Amino acid sequence: MRAPENRRAVITGIGIVAPGAIGVKPFWELLTSGRTATRTITAFDPSPFRSRMAAECDFDPAAEGLTPRQIRRMDRAAQFAVVAAREGIQDSGIDPDALDRSRVGVVIGSAVGCTTSLENEYVVVSDSGSRWLVDHTYAVPHLFDYFVPSSIAAEVAHDRIAAEGPVSLVSTGCTSGLDAVGRAADLIVDGTADVMVAGATEAPISPITVACFDAIKATSPYNDRPAEASRPFDRTRRGFVLGEGAAVFVLEEREHARRRGAEVYAEIAGFAARCNAFHMTGLSPDGREMAEAIRAALAEARTDPSEIDYVNAHGSGTRQNDRHETAAFKLSLGEHARRTPVSSIKSMIGHSLGAIGSLEIAACALAIRHGVVPPTANLREPDPECDLDYVPLEARSVAVSDVLTVGSGFGGFQSAMVLTEPGSRGRAAA
Amino acid sequence: MSGADPVVTGMGVLAPTGLGRDEHWTNTLDGASAIGPVTRFDADRYPSRLAGEVPRFVPEEHLSSRLLPQTDHMTRMALVASDWALADAGVDPAALPEYGVGVVTAASAGGFEFGHRELENLWGRGPEYVSAYQSFAWFYAVNTGQISIRHGLRGPAGVLVTEQAGGLDALGQARRDLRRGQRMVLAGAVDGSPCPWGWVAQLSTARMSRRTDPTRAYRPFDPEADGYVPGEGGALLVLEREDAARARGALDDGRWYGRITGYASTFDPPPDSGRRANLLRAARAALDDAGLRPGDISVVFADAAGTRAEDAVEAEALRSLFGPYGVPVTAPKTMTGRLSSGGPALDVATALLALRDGVIPPTVNVARPLPDHTLDLVTSPRRGPLSTALILARGHGGFNSALVVAGPGGPPSDPTQP
Repeated sequence: MRAPENRRAVITGIGIVAPGAIGVKPFWELLTSGRTATRTITAFDPSPFRSRMAAECDFDPAAEGLTPRQIRRMDRAAQFAVVAAREGIQDSGIDPDALDRSRVGVVIGSAVGCTTSLENEYVVVSDSGSRWLVDHTYAVPHLFDYFVPSSIAAEVAHDRIAAEGPVSLVSTGCTSGLDAVGRAADLIVDGTADVMVAGATEAPISPITVACFDAIKATSPYNDRPAEASRPFDRTRRGFVLGEGAAVFVLEEREHARRRGAEVYAEIAGFAARCNAFHMTGLSPDGREMAEAIRAALAEARTDPSEIDYVNAHGSGTRQNDRHETAAFKLSLGEHARRTPVSSIKSMIGHSLGAIGSLEIAACALAIRHGVVPPTANLREPDPECDLDYVPLEARSVAVSDVLTVGSGFGGFQSAMVLTEPGSRGRAAA
Repeated sequence: MSGADPVVTGMGVLAPTGLGRDEHWTNTLDGASAIGPVTRFDADRYPSRLAGEVPRFVPEEHLSSRLLPQTDHMTRMALVASDWALADAGVDPAALPEYGVGVVTAASAGGFEFGHRELENLWGRGPEYVSAYQSFAWFYAVNTGQISIRHGLRGPAGVLVTEQAGGLDALGQARRDLRRGQRMVLAGAVDGSPCPWGWVAQLSTARMSRRTDPTRAYRPFDPEADGYVPGEGGALLVLEREDAARARGALDDGRWYGRITGYASTFDPPPDSGRRANLLRAARAALDDAGLRPGDISVVFADAAGTRAEDAVEAEALRSLFGPYGVPVTAPKTMTGRLSSGGPALDVATALLALRDGVIPPTVNVARPLPDHTLDLVTSPRRGPLSTALILARGHGGFNSALVVAGPGGPPSDPTQP
């Protein structure tokens, strides 16, 4: 491994596929407008289910430039990732042909991979669930690529960027989107790569996913008011709304970006992942493991809690998450937790499981660039147990240079990342 | 670099070749192949019918009745492997700093036997029949989460998916975490849940052997190679920062296994690009990372894909790096089949045992490799002093990883002066 020499990872390109917004510009417009993209599910007939809403992407793969062959071969999650990566690469201005491919890698996060295609294919080979000994003669030739979701990272690596360095899929449930970017930044900082295309994707809106969250009542039951169904930190919150989408970044070693005159959105200044070792779906009430992840990320970024200008919350809108998270912010940021704006974009674009962490990193990078923090939509009735400044309903203009974003997921995973305005500070070398 | 390289102080092995390290190692040295007809479901209707199944694994003997309904078969095996790995390392995680121990596992398809049943419940019966555990029993992160909870491990979590290569990538990530200050990481992979749904997915690759004779079905590098046999199982390793291991006395009694001294991963260009595969570059980079020359490597544990084309790529990479017949090469996975992400993790465990005992385990069912491959393929146990092993793995779709381990005695030359 090469000597680290104070290497740092910066974001130089962003690509987005989000509910209500394909592309960075409409994404930021949506988030700062306070509008919501949650609606009654159109992907399939949701009538047999308890929660019948989702934040869906109006995504036409052909219009986004994918070939008929790619569309046939790739699961929707892979399609999102490739389209987002193309925008990110274009946004960064990097010329893939000018790069040493062995120093370029890809890390994509996804919690449930190609689940929609898997379910569709299962229905075919099992004759709609009627035979346990499924019929191989009806299987598509690329079924294994749906089974093993590293195929998504492979699609991105083989597309525009032509990466031949380290390529992987990170799948730590709902922290995948944070962990994928954090791990990719590690590979830059420790000298393994100079450029990483990193982010996360998810397309989970399928009957099996909806059914499994129904079974544990994790999703919102406000079916008659879909636009107001995701209510993070609100007293009346009753669960999350499933989302989908992708955010993919170009990360570069800072000097690499500087040499080619790239415009930098933000530096990945600190990252930490911890486990709560508590329960596969439950959260410890005091939030101490998330607080520890936050402390570790701040320490790596050499950032004092008082310097945090904005906190992008996990804010899923379940009873326990928002309480847990509020406690974690108080534990880790102390009194500053009450002074800094905290918001949840899941109120607007739902919870896209593994993808959301990267969509939230994008929101943080854009908040730094534009000096605006997105609001928490649908927050009308404050919950006495959630007593921080959650930026209700309307975006707020505020100077933003240091941002904290966190994620929490099934399996007990707790992750935290600190992003800073370019040039302000850096994470310690390994 | 040896001070920065993690030491391996424990291993938990569940493999077709044995429940536990010793049984696996004894059977492996005996060349006792565990490949046989599939017993877990009726495979008669499918064109491939052989597998490497873990024998005599009775989850009830190891896990509480509370855990059984919420876990897939491969998670049950992983939990037991985690118990054995920590016990082997003599570690009580509760006695270590609270956030000092992390968990990094690789997955390939998650708990898909569990997922298969729930898909059948949903489509055959209705949404209300889907298990409350489906939301986490199937997904790729399940083993890391369950292991963390079982042992109270609150350090960094990781889950990697790169198909077979993941078994090495998990160890590579654990090593990175240790270099960033973690004290201990439980890492590796246990994978595979033979069920018809998973079987059909593997069949779709057209890379599975269709032979029905267990001695002729999976023969990497053989002139008659016609594909692989899948299997289940794997290994978890306890990796520690050397100073932390020394401080708790884990290096005092000579029972530790060695060090992970090098690691690299690369990705192949698209098959139609005309560019070369990158397995060779991964192997070379792992040696560079370890500060070793090819001549320092005592033995290579091959990926051994078992198809003519993939075997040729690996053989060429070995020839380029070591010269014709330049290094002993073995593939004990010919006794287990390919265990998805579990296979390369098991290979690392087996390699460490080989270094410990000074004996290279055999490749079975390959009488003579294709002469074009110019491989010194070890087909019966070969004794002699061994100091370092190179383990190779390739994941479906273009993933290449390489890892170097050294025994407790270390590599032959000063690694800081390559």
